Amino acid sequence: MRLKHMTRLDIRPENLKATAWGTAATAVLGVLIVAGSRRLNHFDAALVGYTFAVLFATFGVTYRYAMWLMRPTTAIYWRRGWQVFLRPKYIGRNIALWIRHVGSDFVLNAFVFRRGKARWMAHWLIMWGCVLATAITFPLVFGWVHFATVTGDFGTYEAFVFGFPVSRFQIDSLIGFLTFHGLVWASILVTLGVMLAMRRRMRDRSAAAIQQFGEDFLPLILLFAISVTGLMLTASYTWMKGYAYDFLAILHAITVIFTLLWLPFGKFFHIFQRPAQIGVAFYKEVGRLEPPAHCRRCGHGFTSELHVRDLIEAERVLGYRYDIDGEVEHYQWICPPCRRSMLVLAQGRAWADELGTGVYPLGGESPDGVTPRFGNAGVNQGPLGSEDRDNFHP
Amino acid sequence: MPVPAHMEFFIDPNRCIGCQACVQACSECDTHKGHSMIHLEYVDRSHSVQTAPVVCMHCDSPTCAEVCPADAIKRTEDGVVQTARKPRCIACNNCVLACPFGVPKMKTDAHLMMKCDMCYDRTSVGRRPMCATVCPSEALFFGTREQIEARRKRSAPTNSFRFGNQAITTKVNMMLPVTARSEYIDVTAAMGDRNVGKDIRFTVLTDALFDDAEERTV
Repeated sequence: MRLKHMTRLDIRPENLKATAWGTAATAVLGVLIVAGSRRLNHFDAALVGYTFAVLFATFGVTYRYAMWLMRPTTAIYWRRGWQVFLRPKYIGRNIALWIRHVGSDFVLNAFVFRRGKARWMAHWLIMWGCVLATAITFPLVFGWVHFATVTGDFGTYEAFVFGFPVSRFQIDSLIGFLTFHGLVWASILVTLGVMLAMRRRMRDRSAAAIQQFGEDFLPLILLFAISVTGLMLTASYTWMKGYAYDFLAILHAITVIFTLLWLPFGKFFHIFQRPAQIGVAFYKEVGRLEPPAHCRRCGHGFTSELHVRDLIEAERVLGYRYDIDGEVEHYQWICPPCRRSMLVLAQGRAWADELGTGVYPLGGESPDGVTPRFGNAGVNQGPLGSEDRDNFHP
Repeated sequence: MPVPAHMEFFIDPNRCIGCQACVQACSECDTHKGHSMIHLEYVDRSHSVQTAPVVCMHCDSPTCAEVCPADAIKRTEDGVVQTARKPRCIACNNCVLACPFGVPKMKTDAHLMMKCDMCYDRTSVGRRPMCATVCPSEALFFGTREQIEARRKRSAPTNSFRFGNQAITTKVNMMLPVTARSEYIDVTAAMGDRNVGKDIRFTVLTDALFDDAEERTV
């Protein structure tokens, strides 16, 4: 009876596969924590709550990432992205492209700047604040990095990475001050970014129309809570003789642990999804070097043949049946302008039957064949960029 | 807030006069400020003034969302297919190329797909979309079913389309003659069509010049 009941839970193979990936990633991180902290010798027991939250987040993020990669279209592009990246003919070019994209997309967030300056400023500050905080706290929590005074010299600190001595600095030096207050700098960056983001969300009517509490406000509130409680800890021990330090430490831990547990579910998951953007850049770059697809109605080239064929495969896997009898074979071989034109012509055809008018070429052959043209392709009224210009033709 | 269920979008491209008012108004929309999401094209510019105004039809099973590898396109409970969620869109162009109506656009430099979202900032608070407020011929009409029935006695809305073997139903309606033989619009049947028009014969001049004018109509 029990077994019967369990089979009705409908655990699909992809769930099992994703669980296996999640478990494996968590196990690897666990081993690295034990090894990196020299069998937990440098592991700070006070931070154990953080460690388990990170382990849970690792499982959750890996599980969701694996499930995401098993979606039909994602699977096709994941596979194809690696194939085009590793093609010997293009590998050198692809590596150069990767470096360029890491600089412009990750370091500078240039694409966010083009979406809006206020959005960019908020995103850039939050992102770098979080990167800095993560780079400091995760190795400390895992015991991968620790500091110790040099024997016989209480004024000098030595930093150890994975148990190996890396550098020494004076506690009272500028380097010491900057290092020990690393999380303060991160908090300031995040707080400023969150305030700018909140301002935009409260004033922008476009954002107001579709924003949701869980998706858009909660992440900002969590980041703000982490930053403020973290800063309060510093304020407590620096200027208030440790007033309410224990309470603040627990409050800070709660905000951080909740955020880590939330990592796989909400908006924060985009941190892990976004690098796929670089894979897409390889795919599109290689597509540009390969033969273009030609619209089987107007004859114009639009995207790459590679892309059209992959989309046909993806649509078939998804259960769409855009197949067309005859030479055209599949609707995917029709360019977007011809699709729009055909929609209108098809409606006109019904009215022509009703009104007794004809559907025909007036005045003989057109020099453009049947190519539709934008009525006014002025700035931002027609194609929005180089790809639209290719796909929507002149 | 969702778009009220009794308010619907009705499109009748046959009534489009190509005035571009919708194109201008669209770029005023707060959800895509400065960018027009409407496509307004001449179907066969050399021989016809026929224009094709196309907005997002908001499919019940949106192909754009299904083929999105980043799961960036969401359909809200009121049936509106929203534009790409900015944190997720990876600018792969799948939606642009897969949409059967040819609607989404790609803002290449911003790595972002943009498309008509039925002016969600307006329609979700009971206002009409920008394009429908300015269309002088009501080719783009947003209102109740009663209103459209009162205005268009000879038309009836349909939201069913066929593309090859694929049937697609949409939130947005397109007007067909009441007497139309088919309940759906077969888009791929228009593959070879060039333009739709009334064959007008100007015989005044030829009547004056030629005796056999009736045979020389132009």
